Amino acid sequence: MDFTLSSEQKALRDAVRGLLTSAYDSTETRREVVKDDPGFSEKTWARLAELGALGLPFSEEDGGFGAGPVEVSVVAEEIGRTLAPEPFVESVVLGGSLVAALGTAEQRSDLIGRLAEGALVLAVAHEDLGKPVTATQDGDAWTLDGVKEPVLHGARADVLLVTAALPGGGTGVFVVEGDAATRTGYRTHDGLRAARVAFDGTAATPLGEASDAAAAIEDAVARAQVAYCHEALGAIDVALHQTVEYLKTRKQFGVPLSTFQALTFRAADMYVSAELVRSTVSWATLVLADDPDRAREAAARAKLQVSRAARHIGQEAIQLHGGIGMTAEYSVGHYTSRLTAIEHTLGAGSDQLRVLASSVGEHGVVEPIA
Amino acid sequence: MKLRLSQEDADFREEMRTFFTTQVPQDIRDTVAARRELSKDQVVRAQQTLNAAGLAVPGWPVEWGGKDWTPLQRHIWHEEMQLACVPLPLAFNASMIGPVIAQFGSQEMKERFLPATANLDIWWSQGFSEPDAGSDLASLRTSAVRDGDHYVVNGQKTWTTLGQYGDWIFTLVRTDPEAKKQAGISMLLIDMTSPGLTVRPIELIDGGHEVNEVFFEDVRVPAENLVGEENKGWDYAKFLLGNERVGVAPVGSTKRILAQAKEHAGDRLEQDPLLAARVAELENELLALELTALRVVADSADGKPHPASSVLKLRGTELQQDVTELVVDIAGPLSLASGAADGSDVPDWARVATPQYLNYRKASIYGGSNEVQRQIIAKTILGL
Repeated sequence: MDFTLSSEQKALRDAVRGLLTSAYDSTETRREVVKDDPGFSEKTWARLAELGALGLPFSEEDGGFGAGPVEVSVVAEEIGRTLAPEPFVESVVLGGSLVAALGTAEQRSDLIGRLAEGALVLAVAHEDLGKPVTATQDGDAWTLDGVKEPVLHGARADVLLVTAALPGGGTGVFVVEGDAATRTGYRTHDGLRAARVAFDGTAATPLGEASDAAAAIEDAVARAQVAYCHEALGAIDVALHQTVEYLKTRKQFGVPLSTFQALTFRAADMYVSAELVRSTVSWATLVLADDPDRAREAAARAKLQVSRAARHIGQEAIQLHGGIGMTAEYSVGHYTSRLTAIEHTLGAGSDQLRVLASSVGEHGVVEPIA
Repeated sequence: MKLRLSQEDADFREEMRTFFTTQVPQDIRDTVAARRELSKDQVVRAQQTLNAAGLAVPGWPVEWGGKDWTPLQRHIWHEEMQLACVPLPLAFNASMIGPVIAQFGSQEMKERFLPATANLDIWWSQGFSEPDAGSDLASLRTSAVRDGDHYVVNGQKTWTTLGQYGDWIFTLVRTDPEAKKQAGISMLLIDMTSPGLTVRPIELIDGGHEVNEVFFEDVRVPAENLVGEENKGWDYAKFLLGNERVGVAPVGSTKRILAQAKEHAGDRLEQDPLLAARVAELENELLALELTALRVVADSADGKPHPASSVLKLRGTELQQDVTELVVDIAGPLSLASGAADGSDVPDWARVATPQYLNYRKASIYGGSNEVQRQIIAKTILGL
């Protein structure tokens, strides 16, 4: 049982932190970057690739670096600390995991190879408004019909991975060239990008076999959920730290805000939430690495805890700052906005709670250690 | 980072689990499982069983019966005891005065008290709080005035848990009324059969008799019963309270009671989604607490406590209370039958539910109230 990073993992963290804190050295820099499409910096994306960050979780055979969930979590947490808008979790963790799990050798080598080099942005078109996209087969050719929305980074993506209902039942995953679909991009409240993506007899290639991929989709979603949880940990740390600093420096009634116990006790409760959520999220990453049979359960537990902590800390961070926390010029509100988006990506806290509650009678105590 | 226990630690866990579930008398474990009050005899027998196997005071120095365990092994020992319904060694002996005597007492004092303290041949009580000295402990007024080879003690202590069983009481007394408040305090060990010492019960809201007032009227205490040096008592008290934090998050027993609650709920877990969601949320919060405890022990190998350790008392007692509250809600109207005697159709667990719930309101007050814990987090961790 060990919760500490190895020296190589710390070196990775320091390298990514160095890169991202220089790329996003102020709230203003980030606001400039997210103002225009594609909503992130192509240059920073390329530099993350040069560092090796975009190929971390993939086998060397497929063009990756053979690292594991812990290394992925290290990168995600730094993304969260700086609110870097680059699509790391969307492309590398969610998209890449699907390709690695389902793709043919050729697809893996092509897509993962380009992803690791920074030459490809992948978007996974999974969410819909209750009406699934359908796949139709004609000989060897497949076409898709329907609408996916919101698709994160869907307008910029070079390649879309689309989940679609198969003619014989089940859900398949299809590869679609980005410009083959009709895409309407827009900005999300946290400064990132999403799109409406429409398919109308659009040519598509099955990722691997055109067979039910529900299990692989769930596993990839679990990996992405845990990575998002680490992104949230980074954001939570900064939001807490900024709030504490503000209480020390801001003066009202002639004294620093930190002289008011009504405020410092609330900061103490934020710290408690932050430590507890860090424990559960770190554990979930260890489960992904060591006990994959529990991956979905661990991801649900981590995401539930993140949901609770992100709301608590995000809301209190703004309240303890007062009016300044509401402004776009100041950073803390952006952290709350991003935390809110993370919570509602790939299943909110209430969705996780529903999953956990449905199986609560099937065990006695919850045992964290295998 | 790794998830699994090492083979050595897994073997250790198995060894503890086997001992606790096979060697500790069943009547004692049944009483704990039923959440009924243990008799003095049961507490003594449990600790003596542990002590005979060298498992009562692992945190003490090795020469006085301690174990050279890692922090993780101590954590496993502590958790497995709770999961197996084994009463923890009496805190006043094992976690409070024992380590203080081992650290600050004279050789004579160690030889006189430590073996008997480990074996619960002496039952210690704690004489710290006073009617006007609660969270502000240093404002205590009980005085000890030197008179030849003795101190003469006058004053009153309160909230003395299980003082009705006490043989000896370790007290904080004011030996220098002129010094500023922390500086004039000493620690004195007092035989509770001394003339002038009286114990008066305080009845609590659960109907039980757990705590007491202790009165001192010209109680003569041999000067050799002073721990360490005169007027250094506050330092010893801080050391004692620091040790108290180890194991203050009762994760194992709370997990066990939550698992029992699910059994009591039975089919209602499937029929009542609100109940199932509440249980699932509590399980997740408890998991976060347990993992935080594991992070703390894993990272405190160099002897310094991990900053997150302050979270444990605060959140551990909140969850302990939340689970006792859940059991009352599961019992519903049956919880009103708390006074029912044998012959009642209401099951035992439902009869004890409310007294337990009321009793555990204490948890967020003792050992440094949760407001004191928030103050510690704000000041020492966040620098506010």
